[in-house]
Amino acid sequence: MSKPFEPKIVAFVCTYCTYAGADLAGTSRLKYPPNIRMVRLPCTGRISPMFILKALQKGADGVLVSGCHPGDCHFTHGNYHARRRWTVFRALLNFTGIPLERIRFSWISAAEGVKFAELISSLTEDIRKLGPFEQYKAMIHETEAPVSL
Amino acid sequence: MAKIGVFICHCGENIGAKIDCTRLTSAMNDHPGVSVSVEYKYFCSDPGQENVKKAIREHNLTGVVVAACSPRMHEATFRKACAEAGLNPYLCEIANIREQCSWVHTDQDMATEKAIEITRSLIEKVKLNNELQPIEVPVTKRALVIGGGIAGIQAALDIANAGQEVVLVEREPSLGGHMAQLSETFPTLDCSQCIMTPRMVEAAQHPKIRLLTYSEIEQVEGFIGNFKVRIRQKSRYVDMKACTGCGDCIQKCPQKKISDEFDCALGKRPAIYTPFAQAVPNIPVIDKEHCTFFKNGKCKVCQKVCETNAINFEMQDEFLDLEIGAIVVATGFQIQNTAMYGEYGYGKYADVITGLQFERLASASGPTAGKILRPSDGKEPQTIVFIQCAGSRDPSKGVKYCSKICCMYTAKHAMLYAHKVHGGKAHVFYMDIRAAGKGYDEFTRRAIEEDEAAYMRGRVSKVWLENGKLMVRGVDTLLGKPVEIAADMVVLATAITPQPDAREFAKVVGIGCDEYGFYNEAHLKLRPVETATAGIFLAGACQSPKDIPDSVSQASACASKVIGLFSRDQLEREPVIAINNESTCSGCWGCALACPYNAIEKKDILSRSGELIKQVAFINPGLCQGCGTCVTFCRSNSIDLAGFTEKQIFAEVMGL
Repeated sequence: MSKPFEPKIVAFVCTYCTYAGADLAGTSRLKYPPNIRMVRLPCTGRISPMFILKALQKGADGVLVSGCHPGDCHFTHGNYHARRRWTVFRALLNFTGIPLERIRFSWISAAEGVKFAELISSLTEDIRKLGPFEQYKAMIHETEAPVSL
Repeated sequence: MAKIGVFICHCGENIGAKIDCTRLTSAMNDHPGVSVSVEYKYFCSDPGQENVKKAIREHNLTGVVVAACSPRMHEATFRKACAEAGLNPYLCEIANIREQCSWVHTDQDMATEKAIEITRSLIEKVKLNNELQPIEVPVTKRALVIGGGIAGIQAALDIANAGQEVVLVEREPSLGGHMAQLSETFPTLDCSQCIMTPRMVEAAQHPKIRLLTYSEIEQVEGFIGNFKVRIRQKSRYVDMKACTGCGDCIQKCPQKKISDEFDCALGKRPAIYTPFAQAVPNIPVIDKEHCTFFKNGKCKVCQKVCETNAINFEMQDEFLDLEIGAIVVATGFQIQNTAMYGEYGYGKYADVITGLQFERLASASGPTAGKILRPSDGKEPQTIVFIQCAGSRDPSKGVKYCSKICCMYTAKHAMLYAHKVHGGKAHVFYMDIRAAGKGYDEFTRRAIEEDEAAYMRGRVSKVWLENGKLMVRGVDTLLGKPVEIAADMVVLATAITPQPDAREFAKVVGIGCDEYGFYNEAHLKLRPVETATAGIFLAGACQSPKDIPDSVSQASACASKVIGLFSRDQLEREPVIAINNESTCSGCWGCALACPYNAIEKKDILSRSGELIKQVAFINPGLCQGCGTCVTFCRSNSIDLAGFTEKQIFAEVMGL
């Protein structure tokens, strides 16, 4: 029997809320699947859609973007900019050939360790069901035009 | 050529039991650019840190990755160790393999695989880390205190007594705020003016305090340690240097029927006035709106009687630009206009008054010289009803929050009434008695037990006039019976609200408000006197309803924060800030739209002959907090964030 598919998920998170929430999940010894890889940033406002494309290009099967709840941003507005950017980017996903389900956007505060663990568990399951994200890699390979940085 | 050192911590068994550290270490040893990779039981211990320092020196490392607990835990520890070994501290990164790996995963093989990837991605990032220097900004050692009530005075005195300069700004003609209006104070019943006025005088005479009354803040620019503040000194029409405060002008002013704000409209004042007898400074102002000369062009009686020629009708507002290092906002509160409760008849019946008006009636300096007399006919009320929560804790018509001080001042009012009107009867309608504080519950019990105030738990539905009596219909919910009382006077414990211009003022100063307009602290529990804007602090009821002891404590806390700030000549800040490449910047100002801190300034690029070539963005390093929102906004990719550059993040992703 072959090994079950283990998706790779890259998370772009802000250091003040979601990163701290993930730390809380750790100190609370909650359990979640080891498929997530966190990239720590000062604020979700720092996150460019290019990061998401880069992660998918590198071989991620799913991407998570998570920051402080609306109104709670350490930098007062960063998460609102991230949200607006996500709204625009979402409209472009079809054009780029990325299924919407591969990308998840959420708010997790520094106090929500349980929510973090639950989200990672359900996200991993959802991405596992979608299977490996081969189309994008194949598409990039075909055109031989890597995403310019 | 990168020479990276990787240090893998077992954290006892915390990491070691779940992750195969030996496999992780050897995998990292094989990674390109890694000079040395070692494992150890506790890297945060002294010998552990020594190992890191030794490796830095021996291998001449250009970067360090410590795979251990969360960077929120020990990033500072390891960066300090690197600095001690001569490596720039910002060339050290932490791979979080405890909180986000060993503690949360059960499968050893997969956890180890994840730890390898996490560590690898940070090695790729650290290869691109730049040497950064903490940003040093100078500190102007002069504090601005906005608001001359008890909170502002306390903060100003504490800062000044520590030897630092203070500018104390008050928009009314005198210091004092609401506390000067009160009669006695709970729970000790000491006279408010007796304890307040000496403080006012002390503040006015303090060599380190510059007092600016009748002045308002026009503009605040800059950042912690380096604020630039513009203050408008409103024209008093009285020369402060020449005036001796003799009061002749006040006596002789023919206009005497102006409603007195200080007495809450219970008294009258002339057009040239000081708010109250003990005003500090004791120098009158001319109320331009009501002055006969300003209205009709004739009169000038005050000028004729003034022996020192202090009256000057030509006076103009003056502006003062000051350099300030720290700001204490102590702008206080207002009481809610209770006219929205038509059923209580406030504004309709003269003898339905607010708690603050009752304070003026009970005050020895008030319009009745301390006698409790009805505003309508000047008679002593034999029956009095106090209605608590007239606005507070009422989401439908009033405000949602508890105003905190009303339970206590109503008990005080009932006591003062019993002490002054012998044989009178006080009734109190309350929702709950909230008397948490030193000596507070004992105080309310005294009002009930010794001074025989009749407390009834219930609300009032209607107040109406019948045969010269104010009929109060309510309910006693403990007895489960409706109650009707024929009263001579009704006192409403109105809600405390923010100043009406609190929101606009927050924008001027650059701080945040909550849904009501009270100013936001940086953290309700752990940073209660700081705002989200560094260098600006909050004291008193502008942050939330507060009594005097709380306001004073908060003011002293603010002062200690300011003194702490002023104990240094330079401030050090994390160098995580955005930096703009001026050669590629097109000056579209998208960054300025994104920046929450107004850190983007316009900079002129001039040719050699001095002609303007273009305008570009300059990011003020003192204001920038390093969120990076502008970086992502920048169309020409000109801005980058030190410590989290595009290249670093892409490298980190590629390392995964």
